[in-house]
Amino acid sequence: MPQPLVGKIQYDRVKGTPVARPRRTALEQAYVVEVVKGLGVTMRHFFKNTKSMFRGERPDAVKDPLSEGITTLAYPEQKKVYPPRFRGVHRLTLRNDGSPRCVACLCCSTACPAQCIYIEAGEYPDGDNRRGYERYPVKFVIDELRCIFCGYCVEACPCDAIRMDTGRHAVPYDSREQFIYGKAMLMSLESADGKQLAENPRHEPPDPTHPGIDRLKGAH
Amino acid sequence: MSPVLVSILGSAIKIAIAVGFSLNLGGLLTWLERRQMAMMQDRIGPHRADIKLGGKKFTFAGLLHPAADAVKFFFKEDFVPPNADKLLHSLAPMLALFPPLVLMGVVPMFDTVCPESLRNNLWHEIPRFGTCAMASTAKQLGPISGQVVDINVGILYVFALAGMGIVGATIAGWSSDNKFSLLGGLRAASQLVSYEVAMGISIVGAMMVYGSLRLDEMARWQGENTWGIWVQPLGFILFLTAAIAETKRTPFDLPEGESEIVAGYLVEYSGFKFAMFYTGEYIEIVISSALVTALYLGGYNIPFLHRDGITLSLGDDILWHKGLPHLVVILLQLGTFLGKVTVLCWAQIFIRWTLPRFRYDQLMKLGWRMLLPACLVNVFLTGIALLAFDRSSPATHDTFQVIGDALNWVVLAGMVFFPLWLVWGMFTPSSFISRRNELRGRRSAAAAAAVATEEASAH
Repeated sequence: MPQPLVGKIQYDRVKGTPVARPRRTALEQAYVVEVVKGLGVTMRHFFKNTKSMFRGERPDAVKDPLSEGITTLAYPEQKKVYPPRFRGVHRLTLRNDGSPRCVACLCCSTACPAQCIYIEAGEYPDGDNRRGYERYPVKFVIDELRCIFCGYCVEACPCDAIRMDTGRHAVPYDSREQFIYGKAMLMSLESADGKQLAENPRHEPPDPTHPGIDRLKGAH
Repeated sequence: MSPVLVSILGSAIKIAIAVGFSLNLGGLLTWLERRQMAMMQDRIGPHRADIKLGGKKFTFAGLLHPAADAVKFFFKEDFVPPNADKLLHSLAPMLALFPPLVLMGVVPMFDTVCPESLRNNLWHEIPRFGTCAMASTAKQLGPISGQVVDINVGILYVFALAGMGIVGATIAGWSSDNKFSLLGGLRAASQLVSYEVAMGISIVGAMMVYGSLRLDEMARWQGENTWGIWVQPLGFILFLTAAIAETKRTPFDLPEGESEIVAGYLVEYSGFKFAMFYTGEYIEIVISSALVTALYLGGYNIPFLHRDGITLSLGDDILWHKGLPHLVVILLQLGTFLGKVTVLCWAQIFIRWTLPRFRYDQLMKLGWRMLLPACLVNVFLTGIALLAFDRSSPATHDTFQVIGDALNWVVLAGMVFFPLWLVWGMFTPSSFISRRNELRGRRSAAAAAAVATEEASAH
């Protein structure tokens, strides 16, 4: 027969030093003096801020957001400055002739942990210099709702063809279809300083500046 | 003009001033409250509502927000809960708005006007003492008092009507058919009843000193002697506390509690009925400010401005006298009264956004165990002081008169220099003030260093 546990458990008496309670003087207990002190604090803020609004000496909320006084940002008109390496919405960088730099190697879509990139590769048409060297994306689709903005696609890209330097954060649309960015949309986006090209120039295989081996040099 | 017409016209003007002032200031307070709390909390506050005039946007410092609010309240659905008592649900907002609107009627806004003296000469001056001649013939114009209604138990009327505020809140709580409403109504009722007791007794001391129940005589006493806040400092604090509690605002906003009973007795109100409660609350602020002004802050009086003009004095010595026309004195008094009420509303908003709210048991404890005994002590001490004063020698009376005039000088200096200081501060660049403060800081640091070296050398 199991013994009832009740009465068997020995609780230790709680040992320890009592917490020191703040000692309040009679003046503090009287409440009125402390009220006046508190009013002094709020009044100081009130007069200082009213004066700064009245004189237009308010600190610049964009440049100096942590200063004293009113630093409210008037959002749609003023915007917070993002750090230079902020990862915004993707863009596809362009060549000088306006075609995408992307060679449809599928590195980005392979690296993407969210699997939000879909690329359909195609051959350049006959007569195009690039035919046989590289391919191009017939379709390049990014689902911005699936994207987790990790930036792996940018790291993976061997051609500097995809970048996240637009400085734009994900836009609130009202339907899911609008979040799916196609090739034209991605190519139309600019970097935060308004560029559509990449930083480093690309030397196409038929160019004299092309440093590597090409079809002629390779035909031995 | 016939006397009847003059008295009707006088009453109409007084009603227009009283109701217009309290309604408009009540509406403006909604703006002032938001803007002021924003300034206190390092924010901007409402400033986006605008109208386009000639292609330009004007926001008027956010003043259009109350207007937009009013429009919104008009067009919102007037919802009545299905099981609510429809009659009482509609009656409650009226009962809440009515008392504060009519309370202004007994508060004196200026000294008694003597239209008879102004009949021939609009710039007539009248003597300081002596009342207006009563209309002895049918053609003479009688005096027009500074209140809308001249009741000889003015302060009792105030308490009677202030008590009606409870009815509105309680009926609103009961008729909404909502548990939160009911609890909020109960809380409001018990809070208001508790603090009305303290409010009533806190004023007894003042009544003993002024020797009257008439608010206009109280104001006149303060003009002839000194402001009530000097003779009844404890009574002033107690009355102000009770008045703030009566307006149901933080730190006494227990009838509402987002996390406990939602919006209290206002839960089921929307649209214009809610707007009536809301306006009533803001008018209550105006009214309580007006009462505090009339009872303790000199009413319509500026120190040394009497019925005959400015008489600067100290005790029995008249230092300077300048006669002013009766009409100018009346207008100055009216402006002073409205200005004082506005400043006091501003101060009440400060209190509301500075202090954290009480717990309900603390509220009751403060009302019954602290305020009520303090009020009784105040009455007792006032009685003793009055007895001692009555039996003291004429020399003591003269001393007190000199002290009263000295306090009047202090008040006058404050009333003149505080606005000047504010304007100076507004128009002085911040860099100037910060450099001055820096110099002061350096000076005090140097003094502290000197003390430290002295102590070091002493050891």
